[in-house]
Amino acid sequence: MFLTPVVPHWPFYNLDTMFVRGLKRKCFDGEEDIEGTLAGIKAIPSYNLQRQSLLDMSLVKLQLCHMLVEPNLCRSVLIANTVRQIQEEMTQDGTWQMIHTQSTGQASLDRLVSTDILCRSSREQAEGKHVSGYSAFNKDFEGDQAQDSSETMSTASSVQAPRNLQSNVWEMENPQENKGNFQKSLDQIFETLENKSPNSVEDLFSEVDNSYYDLDTMLTGMMSNTKMGHCDGLETFSSPTATASNSNFKSDLNELDHIVEILVES
Amino acid sequence: MEEDVETRKISSSFLRDHSYATEADIISTVEFNHTGELLATGDKGGRVVIFQREQESKNQPHRRGEYNVYSTFQSHEPEFDYLKSLEIEEKINKIRWLPQQNAAYFLLSTNDKTVKLWKVSERDKRPEGYNLKDEDGRLRDPSMITMLRVPVLRPMDLMVEATPRRVFANAHTYHINSISVNSDYETYMSADDLRINLWNFEITNQSFNIVDIKPANMEELTEVITAAEFHPHHCNTFVYSSSKGTIRLCDMRTSALCDRHAKFFEEPEDPSNRSFFSEIISSISDVKFSHSGRYIMTRDYLTVKVWDLNMENRPIETYQVHDYLRSKLCSLYENDCIFDKFECVWNGSDSVIMTGSYNNFFRMFDRNTKRDVTLEASRENSKPRAILKPRKVCVGGKRRKDEISVDSLDFSKKILHTAWHPSENIIAVAATNNLYIFQDKVN
Repeated sequence: MFLTPVVPHWPFYNLDTMFVRGLKRKCFDGEEDIEGTLAGIKAIPSYNLQRQSLLDMSLVKLQLCHMLVEPNLCRSVLIANTVRQIQEEMTQDGTWQMIHTQSTGQASLDRLVSTDILCRSSREQAEGKHVSGYSAFNKDFEGDQAQDSSETMSTASSVQAPRNLQSNVWEMENPQENKGNFQKSLDQIFETLENKSPNSVEDLFSEVDNSYYDLDTMLTGMMSNTKMGHCDGLETFSSPTATASNSNFKSDLNELDHIVEILVES
Repeated sequence: MEEDVETRKISSSFLRDHSYATEADIISTVEFNHTGELLATGDKGGRVVIFQREQESKNQPHRRGEYNVYSTFQSHEPEFDYLKSLEIEEKINKIRWLPQQNAAYFLLSTNDKTVKLWKVSERDKRPEGYNLKDEDGRLRDPSMITMLRVPVLRPMDLMVEATPRRVFANAHTYHINSISVNSDYETYMSADDLRINLWNFEITNQSFNIVDIKPANMEELTEVITAAEFHPHHCNTFVYSSSKGTIRLCDMRTSALCDRHAKFFEEPEDPSNRSFFSEIISSISDVKFSHSGRYIMTRDYLTVKVWDLNMENRPIETYQVHDYLRSKLCSLYENDCIFDKFECVWNGSDSVIMTGSYNNFFRMFDRNTKRDVTLEASRENSKPRAILKPRKVCVGGKRRKDEISVDSLDFSKKILHTAWHPSENIIAVAATNNLYIFQDKVN
């Protein structure tokens, strides 16, 4: 049931600098010129990516709680509160919808905003480009990924304001990227969360099955091809650098199949 | 300050063979008794080791008493909860001494689920000359006994025995984080994540629940109890801290269940410092009354705060322990260090407070002079009887010769547990599996 999510081993120093940078640029005035907008666009996804990464990291931590010894309740509560905080902010931003659309066909968690309409409208605005998913983990926070998001710039505005076009930030034109494992990893997290109870958080405090997996794998070199223990999840890719600096995923099932193919072969 | 309390290290690592440091040897609690004569440590393996200060010799007045091992015993064993299929760790979370009332010493030790009262007593004489049995203990044939004698007490080698006198079990669903002996010396409390129970020392099959913050629906759980302590003089008053950075003072006279606080201490959040980690770093890891009973001290991740019981809306003093970590919070969250629970202690006169940090550093703050010092507990950096050198962490820019940069700090070397002698300037510092005892420099 439990996957082994991929948590890149960020350098101790860089992660926090990037976070700081992202936060500083949080309040962005949408009336600046294109250049400023460009810079803003680069920074804004950076913040969103970081926030997303924090969310993913938190969810991983919550799952890691289920071990032989009863988990530390204080720690679980604090992490869950952090997750809630991020979810609330993302709901306000309108980015929460992204994750939801990736959980294909499953009942939404209570606190998720209904996303279909938002997604559709943004798709239309994107002139037929895919509204792709989210990036679970992305090492490159510099925002210099090749984003084909020129259409979105004209409508760029503050992160705070809910924007339909927020979704276009995630838009990507790189179908060949090997990002499927991240997406599927996160999907599985949400799957397990949803399957447990209407409210994901509550279940994290109740008794759970002891699904054992290799804890050491989780906490140390997770990017290497390590054994997953009892986990049914995907094997990680051998090198983080193999993953592109892109931040988006397609929800296309064919894409997923393609990825799985690669995994099976590796 | 007692900056000249820059103490001399009199002994290091009594406890273990350092070449084979095992996880079971990690010290999890340190506590002086009320006179300071005894120092107890508990470790992750469920053992308690008690040190005793040797008597000061009149011949060598300049040589202060050293602490030597007095007694060692296994307090708690690992257990298995069959209902939940979970292990119960034997790690000793807290030790609290009872005031001495006779020749024996009494202490409470607790793991996650069970509190035990231990009696530590000395035996230095034994009776000899029994009538019905011989010296080996074998029974004598009654028909062979021709005379009566009175057994006499003969001196023997000192033997220190520890016996469990009470076991207070099955009262906590969640993990016990604190125990506190009441000033009436008849009751004590044990606090877990969601509940606080009041016990009488004589009664083990019953306890009173005095605080319960468990929500009816566990989905709504957002706050847990992190520490609790009785007032040193008023047996009806206690405080407990929470993971949201609040402290509640309760009066047991108001009602049986003290869910409604008498006082509520919380500092308003600084909006400029707000981040996703704000709540986590505001979680209070330790709360301690001053000896006077007038103040409480709280420790959160980055600061130590002193509160006046008469003022609830903000602390009267705030001390930065390691503010240079503020920019590293995300990494510390990733490696779980942000959840480390540091303790804090007062000195005997409530003028100096002390708490631990990373890299085997610990910090002292003089409340009167507002001076502070960072010291290191490590064998490499301090020889016995040498004066500890103040350490400094360099935040940015040019690093001076003796400074250490933030990125070089060893986050696996954390000092979570420290203790201060009740009347003298003697401190005990637990650095993972080593115990350091530092004393004031003698002129």
